[in-house]
Amino acid sequence: MDNLLQEIEKSEVKKQENFLEVNALESEAIYIFREVAAQFEKPVLLFSGGKDSITLVRLAQKAFWPAKIPFPLMHIDTGHNFPETIAFRDKLVQELGAELIIRNVQDSIDQGKVIEETGKYASRNMLQTTTLLDAIEEFKFDACIGGARRDEEKARAKERIFSVRDDFGQWDEKNQRPELFDLLNGKIELGQNVRVFPISNWTELDVWSYIEKEEIEIPSIYFAHQRNIFVRDGLIWSAEDNVVFRAEDEQVEERTVRFRTVGDMSCTAAVESYADTITKVVSEIRDSKISERGARIDDKRSEAAMEKRKQQGYF
Amino acid sequence: MEVLKIATAGSVDDGKSTLIGRLLYDTKSLTDDKLEAIKTSSEKKGYDYLDFSLATDGLVAEREQGITIDVAHIYFSTLRRSYIIADTPGHIEYTRNMVTGASTSQVALILIDARKGVIEQTYRHFFINNLLRVKNVIVVVNKMDLVDYAEEVFDDIKANFEGLNTNSTYKEQNVSYVPISALNGDNVASKSENMLWYEGNTILEYLENIDASRTNDKESVRFPIQSVIRPKTTDFHDFRGFAGKIYGGSLQVGYKVTVLPSLTKSRIKEIYFYNKTFDSADSGSSVTITLEDEVNITRGDMLVKTDEEPKVDKLLNATVCWMDNKQLLPGTKYIVQHNSNAVLSKVSAIKNIVSTDFSGSKASEGKLSLNEIGEVEIKLSKPIFYDSFIDNRSNGSFILIDEQTNATAGVGFIS
Repeated sequence: MDNLLQEIEKSEVKKQENFLEVNALESEAIYIFREVAAQFEKPVLLFSGGKDSITLVRLAQKAFWPAKIPFPLMHIDTGHNFPETIAFRDKLVQELGAELIIRNVQDSIDQGKVIEETGKYASRNMLQTTTLLDAIEEFKFDACIGGARRDEEKARAKERIFSVRDDFGQWDEKNQRPELFDLLNGKIELGQNVRVFPISNWTELDVWSYIEKEEIEIPSIYFAHQRNIFVRDGLIWSAEDNVVFRAEDEQVEERTVRFRTVGDMSCTAAVESYADTITKVVSEIRDSKISERGARIDDKRSEAAMEKRKQQGYF
Repeated sequence: MEVLKIATAGSVDDGKSTLIGRLLYDTKSLTDDKLEAIKTSSEKKGYDYLDFSLATDGLVAEREQGITIDVAHIYFSTLRRSYIIADTPGHIEYTRNMVTGASTSQVALILIDARKGVIEQTYRHFFINNLLRVKNVIVVVNKMDLVDYAEEVFDDIKANFEGLNTNSTYKEQNVSYVPISALNGDNVASKSENMLWYEGNTILEYLENIDASRTNDKESVRFPIQSVIRPKTTDFHDFRGFAGKIYGGSLQVGYKVTVLPSLTKSRIKEIYFYNKTFDSADSGSSVTITLEDEVNITRGDMLVKTDEEPKVDKLLNATVCWMDNKQLLPGTKYIVQHNSNAVLSKVSAIKNIVSTDFSGSKASEGKLSLNEIGEVEIKLSKPIFYDSFIDNRSNGSFILIDEQTNATAGVGFIS
């Protein structure tokens, strides 16, 4: 009788067309978000205003809908962000009704905790680590969710999904927990915290395709626009404000550019592009010959630049 | 976008990194700046070829020693789908890394140096992929250029490996063999001009044709509850959704389900993915489910189809791969993490040590050391609802967490 019932149920399946297609990467990220909410007391989503963290926000919404995202967003503001990014951040947070925590690198500088870099390649990128670690301690966050991906850089290729950091925020790459099947071990000691990377397995193209498919809004600087720029070492830098150091002999010109990655103005170069819609951006990425971090000057400092920064607690 | 996960394991110099680099290069997944870095680095080392291994060996220590010491993840894609490679070292002291890589993979690439043939490490790689029930294995005979692309060499190695395969307890495993030269690109993404005697697929052709969806059609559907979603807003005042990821089969609205451990029965009312409802959803989807009846459910519980109920027990027999420097000793307490359930446990007996070369098992000396695989008995402080690993990969596996250090100390496959 039970078998008969099952047969009837099975035959009904075929008539039903409303079948959810599996999206492995999306479901993996949602699973990770739910594990974070269940395994940790005080998680926070690190939000930079870049496309990866915007994608994280959408995935978090999906993970907990119809409930709200059960943790705050935090932005470590270097003070060198593109104004478009900041405006976008504030709008998004308002729409979400989410809590946004902002901590400023400028405060860490004023308190004498870090010293501003000088010279041609001066950047606040390294300085934000101190501000981040202070904020983690201030709020006693035990899990910090970030949008880093393993395809970005070769040291990140070995990063775990749940990556344990000690009291000093340090990453011990030789002593990482194995991650088997879908099982995530979030057990930590007091004072430790875990960095969580729900989109670890996504590539740059996966993120862009997802933004297109989901019609996710992103800051305007990701699309082609006219901008005053100057060229140094073959890279295109924004000349619209005083953040990026520019020598007198570095000529300013107007070009049509867009940003592929949005970090600090001081370490994010633009690319020449006419991709002014998401569809054009996706096809540009598909055909692209330069990797995303090729436009990030912070990785060019040495072959092991990222690994060293991560050991010190960088995101 | 479809994703296929691949595990690779190999010895220091059987050319695994070169093969991966070659796959990236041939699928145009290496960008100009990465390729430039490889060229510069190869020239610096005085090579007259491109050292593709430089594309994958991530950590400073690895670059210095020229070996791979952890699990690295590498990405490439074709028009058909995305590929994720979990790249691990092949030494016995890295058994735990190989097990980790194999645990999430649907395909394993086992590399053999054509000059050396089947060696101890080949046994181990195959054994691990057998133990972990990785559905597809591609045996890659590399460095064919160094044996004059000789058919006999390939045939001998294939025959040797097939001999090994007779020991397999996993008869449904698909095993294929490909002769290649990773350095020159023969049979990696394009057919070799040097081995016209070989009529089979290239590595990439094999990969493209693998069915990425289901690993085992006989698995029963399992839905471990990660959390209960109760928004308590005006619009969703009485909403009680059970959030989790579906494993092993599909779920549909109307299915009769049993909740474990309470054994309460109900029917699936709705399947949500974000703000849309669906009539059915398949293995691998993270959904939120509501039931017809008010049922008391919390994290760690599980929904299954009525009549497909798993075993419920406080005593487990399992094959365990040990991953911690601290030895496993009988009587020690560990947390068993099984799906979303964490249960305190005590290892009551360490019975046998299993050899990773198919030569069987021998009585243990009452302990299990790092990288050893053993048969153990575990007593749990409360029952879990499980299947044997052979019947159900997700519901038949667990990790052991050290209560003192919080380390993931071992992984178990339930008998």
